[in-house]
Amino acid sequence: MKKSRPWILWLVLAGTIAFFLAPLGQRDRRDGFAMQKFGRLPVLLNGRIKPLDTVARNSLLIIHGKQSVALEKGALAPIDWLAEVLLKPSEANRRKIFVIRSPETLASIGRSDPTEKYFSFLDLTPRLQDIEQQADLAQKVEAQLRSPFQRDIIKLFERLTLFHRLENSIEVAGTKDFTGQIDDLVKNIRPNPVPMNSGISAEALQSLGFLAEVGYFFPIPPVPPHDDPLQWRKMGESLLQFLTAGNLHPAVKSWATLATAFAANDAETFNATVDSYAQWLQEHFPGRVRKAHVESVFNQLEPFYSALVIYVLIFILACASWLAWPQRLGRLAFWLLVVTFVVHSAGLITRMYLEGRPPVTNLYSSAVFIGWGAVLLGIFLERFFRNGIGAATAGAIGFLTLLIAHHLSMDGDTMEMMRAVLDTNGWLATHVVMVSLGYASTFLAGFLALIYIVRGAFTPSLDRETAKSLARMVYGIVCFATLFSFVGTILGGIWADQSWGRFWGWDPKENGAALIVLWNAIILHARWGGLVRQRGLMVMAVFGNVVTSWSWFGVNMLGIGLHSYGFMDSAFPWLIAFGISQVCFMIIGALPAGVWRSQFEGATVPRAVPAADPVEVG
Amino acid sequence: MSTAALPNELARLLRVFASLRLTVVCLGFGMILIFLGTLAQVHLGIHNVQARYFQSLFVLWTPEGSRWHIPVLPGGYLLGAVLLVNLIAAHATRFEVSRKKIGIFLLHLGVILLLIGQLLTGLYARETQMRIDEGQTLGYAEAPREVELAVIDVSDPQYDQVVAIPEGALARGGTIQNPTLPFTINIKRYFPNARLTMRAQDPSAPPSLATMGFGANVVAAEIPRTVKDDERDLSSAFVELNGVEGSLGTWLVSNAIAEPQTVAVNGRSFALIMRQRRFYKQFALTLLHFAHDVYAGTEIPKNFSSRVRLVDFERGENREVLISMNDPLRYRGFTFYQSGFDNNDKTTILQVVKNPAMLLPYVACGLVGLGLLVQFSMHLFGFVRKQGR
Repeated sequence: MKKSRPWILWLVLAGTIAFFLAPLGQRDRRDGFAMQKFGRLPVLLNGRIKPLDTVARNSLLIIHGKQSVALEKGALAPIDWLAEVLLKPSEANRRKIFVIRSPETLASIGRSDPTEKYFSFLDLTPRLQDIEQQADLAQKVEAQLRSPFQRDIIKLFERLTLFHRLENSIEVAGTKDFTGQIDDLVKNIRPNPVPMNSGISAEALQSLGFLAEVGYFFPIPPVPPHDDPLQWRKMGESLLQFLTAGNLHPAVKSWATLATAFAANDAETFNATVDSYAQWLQEHFPGRVRKAHVESVFNQLEPFYSALVIYVLIFILACASWLAWPQRLGRLAFWLLVVTFVVHSAGLITRMYLEGRPPVTNLYSSAVFIGWGAVLLGIFLERFFRNGIGAATAGAIGFLTLLIAHHLSMDGDTMEMMRAVLDTNGWLATHVVMVSLGYASTFLAGFLALIYIVRGAFTPSLDRETAKSLARMVYGIVCFATLFSFVGTILGGIWADQSWGRFWGWDPKENGAALIVLWNAIILHARWGGLVRQRGLMVMAVFGNVVTSWSWFGVNMLGIGLHSYGFMDSAFPWLIAFGISQVCFMIIGALPAGVWRSQFEGATVPRAVPAADPVEVG
Repeated sequence: MSTAALPNELARLLRVFASLRLTVVCLGFGMILIFLGTLAQVHLGIHNVQARYFQSLFVLWTPEGSRWHIPVLPGGYLLGAVLLVNLIAAHATRFEVSRKKIGIFLLHLGVILLLIGQLLTGLYARETQMRIDEGQTLGYAEAPREVELAVIDVSDPQYDQVVAIPEGALARGGTIQNPTLPFTINIKRYFPNARLTMRAQDPSAPPSLATMGFGANVVAAEIPRTVKDDERDLSSAFVELNGVEGSLGTWLVSNAIAEPQTVAVNGRSFALIMRQRRFYKQFALTLLHFAHDVYAGTEIPKNFSSRVRLVDFERGENREVLISMNDPLRYRGFTFYQSGFDNNDKTTILQVVKNPAMLLPYVACGLVGLGLLVQFSMHLFGFVRKQGR
């Protein structure tokens, strides 16, 4: 064995760490405005206190489908865009952020040129009524029966509505001098004994009511020392409250100054106000401010997206190690895997801290967590077998699950509040985590088997030793999968007994979990009974991928049952394609040994006597 | 136990029942059954599927337009029973009790308990509901999918005397006589589910069987039982009361109509009402307050809870209880869960469950978890030790 050169390893690892941290180096792009600090201000939306930056990212994702707005030179960051929408709508209205691809939708807004896909709010304003009317008609059709045009027009209308609500969250869009308006209000209120607002015009009152109704998020925190999320207010609500109670919330003044300064391009006042407001928040809500800060840094780092990129690299390196320099490339892949796993874990832990919840709370977080679990097991496999297989599988599953997560995040905030029955950390931490680990290990076994089949059938690289170690890995992981999925499923039953009074109700998601348990049990019993040997084990493990993907996503697509959180018609073709691909691999796996490129003893020997003792198998 | 002591044929049979092949076949059929049973829920609804697929010996298929019932798949009960025999036979023949097998032994014991528990639950568990308005006191629970025809003697203002005719008897039809009633009840027609329309809206409909009460003005047409979870069958029947001097008339009764219809016989008055089947308890619950909490600035429900007063004269109980999501009340073998609400948050719906086999899954879960853990850790440690050498 040649002595390996560790400096290459160190160099690559350092480069990777730099890659993960690089986003922190981004500077404010809007000249002179402290947009990063602005983005850290906490607001309340959908029941959760989050930084403005999160609101910006999720809204832009929903409206524009991307997390940045392309400009002629460079791009507009989400918070830069949101600042315009909130505080300077004249500019935001001209940004061509509404993407319309469907020819039918284009026709409904009176456009026929299919190359023109990008529209601004101003472009669409004259057609708002038509769009609303078409969307109303489409809404009357049951969700599953809607045509592509109907879905598209509803989506467009929702995007426009969201944009409109954002524009009217701080001030009525197009207000000239918000600070002046508020000064007028204060002047016209005579506080004692009962606040009187005789001097306030009907028009001004109406605009406050409009703000209170249309505003999208809640920028005004409770009056200290109160800190109940229920006491956050919309701008309009806080102002209306002021009219009756007579004391203006200090945050109102800050937001108004921000709006006026931003519209007047007065960076100095804007930055000073951001600083003083942040200071005020820090004094009264230190916990909330800390979380908002952590969340905005988390947003900026996008750890899962960076990890996704490195997982691909790991997969390629590990595969390459089977062709050349197995030692060096394998070691490199392993250490890259460890570093990426640390980043993946850090992201997961940050989410848990922000939500105050166990790791899995919805479909998005299940994807992140299943990837995490599979990578962890992959690291152990790589540590023991040192043949690149654990690293390759971990890289592949890490990449795929994070890709799925990335697509699931397109619908907006991934940290939603938990509906009543799910609002219990104990069960989320046990049942949901166990079942997710069951998914992760079943996938891991399936992907290991894919490596066996692909290497065996298409390359000469699968020798007896490798095949044997793969068989041991798959067998061991299936054991794990059985443990996790069985215990996880029964814990789910006990939760159901605690909440609904029945242990098992044949609900689709419960059935899906039971299918995974049964399939893993079948694999083990078939192996113990000698009904299958090495290759049969692999083919069966691949089918585990089909069963698990059905349980994870398929049952949600039926649109029935207690667990059908989110009907995802767009993912359906992908699920079918995945299922078909797995069946193809199973067929290849079942081909006669002579057709395979790898020829080795284990692949050709006749069926052996049944393994009598389960403990000895593998 | 050794198979050598048994006659040849019996030993072979035992070997078949103890074989791993049978285990694999049963589990495979189990997967097919569960998969098809999941898909079938889209059209049949969960309750139908439970009865046809999982709480049955065979899944029957009836070809369109025929009266044949052809078994196409083994049902849940059959598969469970065969697996149970398989497990027990395997332990009786193949397994020897040893330290190495202790994990598998525990695990299989857990599975046996799980299967038995599900069988007992299927046979003996009863799920009922209590709908209580704020301020109301209720001493009974109702079966959400089963009706009864109550004939109530309301002559005495002090108490009512109730004769309840269960749904099964209504479906059988014929004449019912009860010693406390001065008339017999003839079930002329029974509709498990019906659509009721006012006659004025459908003047061309054939004349009603009913001669008394509101039934004469209503058209009742039979429709299939609902498969949706959130819908209730409107069970209806035409019943004729016959006194000593002949017919007293025919009434339409239906659980769609809450108002009782009264009839006077021999100076006593009786109320006729079709209602959800009732199960009276030895205690009563009063709803003091129902709360529906949401997350700030959203409609997302955070918690539902009912503050109730539990009064039990027999046991001298009189206390306040808070029933909330994931936190039920357990009392006298019944468990009361927060299940729903209605009527602008003024009415609570509690699920009332009595399940004598409730504890079995808990024990089973412990055994299975322990067994798997023991078995696979022995495997894992052995592996790590070998790898380390």
